[in-house]
Amino acid sequence: MVVSAQPATPRKKPLQVIEREELTIRFVGDSGDGMQLAGTQMTNTTAIFGNDVSTFPDYPAEIRAPAGTIAGVSGYQLNFGAHKLRTPGDRVNVLIAMNPAGLKANVADLEQGGILVVNEDAFNKQNLAKAQYENNPLDDGSLSRYQLFRVPVDRLTAEACADTGLNARAVGRCKNFFALGLTYWLFGRSMDPTLRWIQDKFGSKPAVADANVKALRAGFYFGETTEMFTVRYLVPSARLTPGRYRRVTGNEAMALGLVTAATRAGKPLFYGSYPITPASEILHELARYKNFDVRSFQAEDEIAAMAAVVGAAFAGAFAVTGTSGPGLALKQEAIGLGIMTELPMVVVNVQRGGPSTGLPTKTEQADLLQAVMGRNGEAPLCVIAPATPGECFQMAIEAFRIAIEFMTPVIVLSDGYLANGAEPWLIPDVNKLPTFKVVHPTTNNNESDGGHFLPYKRDAKLVRPWAIPGTPGLEHRIGGLEKRDVTGDVCYAPDNHHHMIVTRRKKIDNIAETIPPLAVNGDPSGELLVLGWGSTYGAITTAVERCRESGLKVSSAHLRYLDPMPKNTGDVLRSFERILIPEMNLGQLLHLVRARYLVEPIGLSKVQGKPFMIHEIQSRIEELLNGK
Amino acid sequence: MSTQSTVVQLAAKDYASDQEVRWCPGCGDYSILAQVKKVMANIGALREKTVFVSGIGCSSRFPYYMSTYGFHGIHGRAPAVATGIKATDPELTVWVVTGDGDGLSIGGNHFLHSIRRNMDFKILLFNNRIYGLTKGQYSPTSPLGKKTKSTPAGSVDYPLHPISVAIGAEATFVARAMDVNTKHLEHVLDRAAKHKGTAFVEIYQNCSIFNDAAFEYASGKETKDDTTVYLEHGKPLVFGKDRKKGIRLNGMDPEIVELGGDITEDDLLFHDEKQVEPSLAYLLSRMHYPHFPEPMGIFRCVERPTYEEMMLRQISDGIAAKGPGKLEELYDDGETWVVN
Repeated sequence: MVVSAQPATPRKKPLQVIEREELTIRFVGDSGDGMQLAGTQMTNTTAIFGNDVSTFPDYPAEIRAPAGTIAGVSGYQLNFGAHKLRTPGDRVNVLIAMNPAGLKANVADLEQGGILVVNEDAFNKQNLAKAQYENNPLDDGSLSRYQLFRVPVDRLTAEACADTGLNARAVGRCKNFFALGLTYWLFGRSMDPTLRWIQDKFGSKPAVADANVKALRAGFYFGETTEMFTVRYLVPSARLTPGRYRRVTGNEAMALGLVTAATRAGKPLFYGSYPITPASEILHELARYKNFDVRSFQAEDEIAAMAAVVGAAFAGAFAVTGTSGPGLALKQEAIGLGIMTELPMVVVNVQRGGPSTGLPTKTEQADLLQAVMGRNGEAPLCVIAPATPGECFQMAIEAFRIAIEFMTPVIVLSDGYLANGAEPWLIPDVNKLPTFKVVHPTTNNNESDGGHFLPYKRDAKLVRPWAIPGTPGLEHRIGGLEKRDVTGDVCYAPDNHHHMIVTRRKKIDNIAETIPPLAVNGDPSGELLVLGWGSTYGAITTAVERCRESGLKVSSAHLRYLDPMPKNTGDVLRSFERILIPEMNLGQLLHLVRARYLVEPIGLSKVQGKPFMIHEIQSRIEELLNGK
Repeated sequence: MSTQSTVVQLAAKDYASDQEVRWCPGCGDYSILAQVKKVMANIGALREKTVFVSGIGCSSRFPYYMSTYGFHGIHGRAPAVATGIKATDPELTVWVVTGDGDGLSIGGNHFLHSIRRNMDFKILLFNNRIYGLTKGQYSPTSPLGKKTKSTPAGSVDYPLHPISVAIGAEATFVARAMDVNTKHLEHVLDRAAKHKGTAFVEIYQNCSIFNDAAFEYASGKETKDDTTVYLEHGKPLVFGKDRKKGIRLNGMDPEIVELGGDITEDDLLFHDEKQVEPSLAYLLSRMHYPHFPEPMGIFRCVERPTYEEMMLRQISDGIAAKGPGKLEELYDDGETWVVN
């Protein structure tokens, strides 16, 4: 078969175009096959076309696991649609498998009758053995329930790039672009955004740029020329809120939100962090923003990062750290110091599978109790959680709003799914973003003659002043020892300790006066409420909407504030006969809600390192309501 | 913000807070506190621009007794807290006060890394070779075989030598002083105050309750001249009651020689605190009682850009290259599209 990199001659068989409301594609291959790149390019292109997009990368923990093995499989799933999407999709409609291991690890997720495109050149004896296939699945009939397309990607890429002057190894690295080109043809997408990207990225390496362009085009024209495919799929553009968009991951949105908060306040942002998956991208992003006066500090360990944040907050910075579960555990003592010294700071915890090292690259929601209660002593702080990748932006700003207004550490619970997942993000109008009123006192608040500054003299909301070093006349000493209220002097008096313990808790409770009430999606009362928090939002909301469309009496509510919870939370919960709480843990929100509101929710746990599928929640709702 | 500074010259007593000092009677910390306050007055330190930061331990109560800004942190983490303070406001003068347990055991990591970054703060390590606040367990600087409550049969840990550790991490200023030699302590602290970059000072400090007389050899009237040698830049290492003994280099090793006969001061090792290569300073740090007199004074004082300077330079370079950050431009980074 000869494939030219030229537009095709007219087809003999007419091409059928099928319109779909949404589609889910997954690219899988070896971690060296460039699947993440193919996935992000497809995401950008389809977003530019006007679809809504939701994505989920799934990469191995090892940087280079042995080539061809299941441990080394890297995948990227994207769901794109003609309507608002909230998840990367349940069932895969199209699977593009670059090797046997990728096929083996993923084919079970492909819908019956789904499109399966395989790189047949990779299905050699060696790779089949590495993937532990006894027979070649392409030949043994085991894939008969799918629409199988065997494409010699390696060979066609090599032919297309034959005259680029690159060696075989370098040409081999272009095969993801061949697969991408074929995907673009299959879904009627333009190659232009990727062609522009290739020029931007490889402009200084013309041979590489040339080869990638040739591979992309070859893939596209292969679809057009060969007549292997008789159907093309069209997903019309979505009706999104008008405006300018870009793609963001949760980690990118978090970094943008943090720098926005500090910039709007005219303060330096101090980001002290120790590299940890899946939070490191926040450090990488912020380290680039030098001209925003971001002081990124890569500390020697998690503890140093947190202690430096406490110091930076004392000195008057917008201070923040980012970490993941094991790092949060290490930081807890210093977070307690932040609570005791009542300084404003933000801790971003991008949750991953635990306990211990657990599943570093996989998602989980099992740090909720660690965030709310995981410190020695009575150590309350504010805990909030974004629900979508884009929402990480608003919640980062909100975290600083609360930290500054209430002089407290705030933990933001993101997770691996939000951090790496991407969606189109409506670029905000800067002028409409919140501003911050930061007050550092400059005059002594002690009314008695000659008395020293009173660092723990509180206002009506129980908040102490944020006086910073460098201010003459307000010199004071604070630390981790219990202190006398008002004066801040070290104090072991029993009544004072009790008073301070209660006061610190009350101050956190006062935050509830400043947060929005818990909104109910659907009827405000009824048979069943599905309650969630964090990244389960998409799957829960979609499942509930589908159930409501089929006539079931179910509503949903999503907690973005975990401590304190919105004031109406108890009322909302008591308005429903039953409550279902899907969580990627063994029932941590359930535990909190039961203890606080004396309700008896039903838990739905999934702790597999993978997000909920819509249908998993949907079928539990149906069981509960139909089984009544 | 009003940044008007105090113009009145302050006396040592003006640097005392209104808190009652609560160290044990006879504790070496009193002397150190007194000398620090004197140095504050000598250098005309502005209280509002000065921050004392500490961890946990007897020494770490220090910030409460100063009338400057102060932060009493958690065990071992004072250098990390100080790093955050300095990165936020490099104009502040920051003093970290720590001990042998706080600085070298639980906080060993932060100690090393703040030194290697050349953070612009002072680290005063009060070395009493014991855990005092927890009532008498051996510390990482206690000698091998030390009998304490936690080591009734004697410790089986080899000790760390703080000066050697600091030099190993390439501290730009390294010195040793003793609580009871107040004049010399004041001099060393004064030099530390004037250094730009991490200034590390080990202070031999007597714990009269749990490790009394640990430094008797170096402070006793009868012994001190033979057990210590005071370092002076550009001068030979001479010591002893009649200043008749000296330190000479024999190949790579120091040796004690008697002056007189055919050995003159010119044959001795001359101290050079400004040597960029820290090998000589390290060699001096390896001289321990009872085999050698222990060097007191400034081992090393060299210049190197500080972390804060380099951090701020990157920020100003960023602003010079791209202009002050505009959020609109940041959001527009990468590929964007318009939905109508």
